[in-house]
Amino acid sequence: MKDDMAVRIAANPKYEKLKSTRSRYAIIMTILMMLTYYGYIILVAFDKELLAKKLGAGMTTSLGIPLGLGVIVITIILTNIYVRRANTEFDDLTAEIVKEEAHK
Amino acid sequence: MMTKLTRNGLGLVLGLLVAGAAVAAGADLGNTTKQATNWTAIGMFGAFVVFTLWITKWAAAKTKSAADFYTAGGGITGFQNGLAIAGDYMSAASFLGISGLVFGSGFDGLIFSIGWLVGWPIITFLMAERLRNLGKFTFADVAAYRFSQTPMRTFAATGSLVVVAFYMIAQMVGAGQLIKVLFGLEYTYAVIIVGVLMMCYVLFGGMTATTWVQIIKAVMLLSGATFMAVAVLWQFGFNPEALFAKAVEVHSKGDAIMAPGGLIKDPISAISVGMALMFGTAGLPHILMRFFTVPSAKEARKSVGWATTWIGYFYILTFIIGFGAIVMLTQHPELYYVDGDIAKGLKGGGNMAAIHLANAVGGNVFLGFISAVAFATILAVVAGLTLSGASAVSHDLYATVFKKGQADSASELRVSKITTICLGIVAVFLGIAFEKENVAYMVMLAFAIACSANFPVLFMSVLWKDCTTKGAVAGGFVGLITSVGLTVVSASVWEAVLHNPKGSALFPYSSPALFSMTAAFLTIYVVSMMDRSKQAQNEREAYIAQQVRSETGIGASGASGH
Repeated sequence: MKDDMAVRIAANPKYEKLKSTRSRYAIIMTILMMLTYYGYIILVAFDKELLAKKLGAGMTTSLGIPLGLGVIVITIILTNIYVRRANTEFDDLTAEIVKEEAHK
Repeated sequence: MMTKLTRNGLGLVLGLLVAGAAVAAGADLGNTTKQATNWTAIGMFGAFVVFTLWITKWAAAKTKSAADFYTAGGGITGFQNGLAIAGDYMSAASFLGISGLVFGSGFDGLIFSIGWLVGWPIITFLMAERLRNLGKFTFADVAAYRFSQTPMRTFAATGSLVVVAFYMIAQMVGAGQLIKVLFGLEYTYAVIIVGVLMMCYVLFGGMTATTWVQIIKAVMLLSGATFMAVAVLWQFGFNPEALFAKAVEVHSKGDAIMAPGGLIKDPISAISVGMALMFGTAGLPHILMRFFTVPSAKEARKSVGWATTWIGYFYILTFIIGFGAIVMLTQHPELYYVDGDIAKGLKGGGNMAAIHLANAVGGNVFLGFISAVAFATILAVVAGLTLSGASAVSHDLYATVFKKGQADSASELRVSKITTICLGIVAVFLGIAFEKENVAYMVMLAFAIACSANFPVLFMSVLWKDCTTKGAVAGGFVGLITSVGLTVVSASVWEAVLHNPKGSALFPYSSPALFSMTAAFLTIYVVSMMDRSKQAQNEREAYIAQQVRSETGIGASGASGH
């Protein structure tokens, strides 16, 4: 890629929009993931009783099991939500920028 | 001597999970001796080998240039690559180790499987498409994009090779120990078989063969594990509560298996191990190289989406398998326990829970299938490691540092093949040399180095404008040295390997990641900020062009050629 094209793209308002929307989105998703995971780990480290609590009277299943499986499911869902939005909305925006700048 | 050796073998796969826990757990895992030769398992494995060698022959015809060798010509789809990445990640340690951990202590196994998974979203959100847009063959292409090539590539190749070496030793020793129990063959045979087959795949079939071997293994492993989990749940009318109730009733620890136990000792260790797993994944060279096998950033994102889905699904299965083993194996102690006595532990050790369960739900043929899958798993992971080590040597050291980027594709390819042979021979020798050593700490160490050396350099060079060559190289080496140094003075090496008295280890936590990764980031920051040279100025100015390419993919390697 020639550097002048990089400079032109960097000046394109759509590029600025792509960059800021996507990085904000990525940061929010990362924070959500860290909260989910470290929240769980901190429960394990500090409040074992809560995780050991039974789901209902006479039941064996403890609260920690659906929560733990929930963390796995949330991880899968967050990842795929990001991939879907990036592969449609962000890629379309990228394609527009490339189209505008590549043929100047 | 025999008991020491066998006890090491027992602790091994579980130990791959977390060094500290393995040392504690290794002693009560029971007894392993070479089992009777299992011809069904050997036959199934033989079929796998014949099939994969046939694929290698097909792949060899397509592997003509260095690009074919490193990246399968960029012709892998997102879905295929997702399976291959999942295959790289679902090693024998996670299959046998996590199900064994669930079998032994229930809930604690779940905590670990979650830890192994959470690195994937981070890779997806922050790294995947940027890696694909900036890189060509190795992660050093990305890290060194706007920097001085020689020092950056030297660092990246060192980081890759060190991680590959530790990961590889653990896999080779694991292969040798497993094969005694699974197939009833000698340790040395196993290590040589793995070494020779892995060399064949990589040498002749390059990335195409390595990827397809990994995909086939991933499909076999996922189907086998699904069958076992469904068979277990079916017995309990698909009611998990009934499964857990029965497990608590028969397990020696009783209701304690429904709650977090002693696996996480202190909050600092919990967070440090969590960081090693979360960010280490984003610094493993054999995982990172897979992002260059797909044609575009779109496919790279699809790859991680699929990989995360399969890996998460797999960990849910191992949890069910572990609980299924608790219930079903105690129904026939005469078949699965040493001397038929539950108190003496499983035949072959706690890590054999999934293997014995295969026999319980599917008889001898399915047992053979799962044994073959477990061995194929090690083989496929080792092939991927070898390929990433070979590319670090031929692409980063030979072509870029040595030949200053003037090497032609043919000679680069020749160097990768020579390196593959050398790595294969070294791996076999290391596997034999470490047979009697305690290697439990090695996978955790590989993760600690990956998150303390490779990941900070990659992250800062891609996302921080003011990063410079000096900062990145200094920070990378600080991370590498701190993570190795702190591991040596921690209990898992200082006491368990070097036989110093209990409690004498200087570093009290289960993983150095929290400290070594922080040290690496700080060093990169401080050294870069202090760097006022002309070169540093140029590197900062080059950031815009790098950022445009990393965000949009314009000019990305292979982006238009497919």
